Amino acid sequence: MTDQIVLANLHKSFGDLKAVNNVSLNVKVGQILGFIGPNGSGKSTTMKMATGYLQPDFGSSNICGIDIEKNPKEAKKLIGYLPEGAPAYGEMTTIGFLNFIADIRGYFGKQRSLQIDKAVERARIKHVLHQQIDTLSKGYKRRVGLSQAILHDPKILILDEPTDGLDPNQKHHVRELITEISRTTAIIVSTHILEEVDAVCSGVLLINKGNIVLDGSASELRSKVESHNSVLIKVNPNDVENLKRLLLTISGVSKIETVNETENNINVHIYPKENRIILTEIAKIIADNKFPINDIHQNHIALDEAFRKLTV
Amino acid sequence: MLGNIYIILKRETKGYFSTPLAYIFISIFCGLTAAFTFYLGAFLERGQADLFPFFESHPWLLVLLVPSISMRLWAEERKTGSIELLMTLPITTFEAVLGKYLAAWFMIAIALFLTFPMWLTVNILGSPDNGVVLSSYLGSWLLAGQFLAIGSALSAMTKNQVIAFVISTAACFLFVMSGVEAVTKAIEGFVPEYILSIFSSMSSLDHFYEFVKGVIDLRSLMFYGSSIIFWLFINIIIINIKKAA
Repeated sequence: MTDQIVLANLHKSFGDLKAVNNVSLNVKVGQILGFIGPNGSGKSTTMKMATGYLQPDFGSSNICGIDIEKNPKEAKKLIGYLPEGAPAYGEMTTIGFLNFIADIRGYFGKQRSLQIDKAVERARIKHVLHQQIDTLSKGYKRRVGLSQAILHDPKILILDEPTDGLDPNQKHHVRELITEISRTTAIIVSTHILEEVDAVCSGVLLINKGNIVLDGSASELRSKVESHNSVLIKVNPNDVENLKRLLLTISGVSKIETVNETENNINVHIYPKENRIILTEIAKIIADNKFPINDIHQNHIALDEAFRKLTV
Repeated sequence: MLGNIYIILKRETKGYFSTPLAYIFISIFCGLTAAFTFYLGAFLERGQADLFPFFESHPWLLVLLVPSISMRLWAEERKTGSIELLMTLPITTFEAVLGKYLAAWFMIAIALFLTFPMWLTVNILGSPDNGVVLSSYLGSWLLAGQFLAIGSALSAMTKNQVIAFVISTAACFLFVMSGVEAVTKAIEGFVPEYILSIFSSMSSLDHFYEFVKGVIDLRSLMFYGSSIIFWLFINIIIINIKKAA
């Protein structure tokens, strides 16, 4: 038995729409996979297949060595799942709902109250325990859903947009919680908030229109964008040609573009080969030649930009 | 397995009684049965110590009231998305279907039980055959159980409760009407004899009247039992088909 979730070649179509097309992934205990992609890209559908809610047209979801289609009950025992929108039974109180989940998860007696207390504390929902879930704010609802998902200390945790609707403090807390839990759990988190990927995830899977676009790390995602680690220099128009000649002697430079900004300023955009860091070499050449420049900085791509480049 | 069914039954029952739903259903059911008994059934004017006018109205009330309970069984779960939570918990579809069904059937049992003032009344006014009363209650509960199973299965097809209500009412109505003489007479000339006899033997109404007469016939028990099992089976299939769709 291995403590991991393995999705292999998942396919799912709804009528003519190919919602998920050959998605495979593998997350081990200790890892947090950030599952990103535009709305409607197939993130939720993939998670629904992983948790056994939807049956894939083709492919399999394997939870710690158990195939979810062949032995759903055993596989589901190992999964904690927060579905999209954190659905719950709205007419119940928070504690009533958690009692129900604990019953289904097979806890009784002292262990039952222990598990519930722990989940309540971790999700910080102590003061809404006796409120009806329908009357809770969006943020609290989401945290009630989270507490339900972690109540049985699952080996596999699958969270569909866990921080949607939370304020910045709550987001920070949920990220901390996810990081803490990841030591003993394999986690998949879907999100469209890319800062989250930098903040918590050890890996990134980007899908678009049902296809995997990138499977790697946040830095690999950035490196997919040509302008990542490029250098921008501002110089006087007269110096442009000299500067270009100097820069082309650097082996890491792939191309140079110029854009007129004002009468006295021209923007020189230097692209590196394979996202190499060329700033130090450029700075050295400029310093050695005492070349007059007005400004220099390295272009660090935000994940948002990489995301847009890869999915639009 | 029994554990999970019981846990779901308990949760559903709590759900009924933590909202006005159960209270409204029970009050309306008791109120309407009483009204039908006294006004349409001429309970007092008949001068007979039995509850026939009371039970006579049940099929027609249940045709409308049971789908109002069953319509939300699965349609609401689909609408709010809680079905995704429920079906990813370590339970089987069978356990979920049966747990939810039994909770609704239990609530109808409570509604039937709370009509006991009718029984008290007739016992004070005369000396009815209480065995007949008991078998009538059983018939009424089984009839409701059949309607509930039909409604539960049809509710699993949609996320719209109104649609679930309308098609369930129509389906239950069909099962009642197939025993009404005017209907069987009307189609008598068009269909072969054996189809007609199958059609009228499917009538929930005929079997119900057996119970109201005080006859607990094995065939009638089988009829309701197999019908309930059949529709719950359909219910499970619909949920599993939707999962693969």
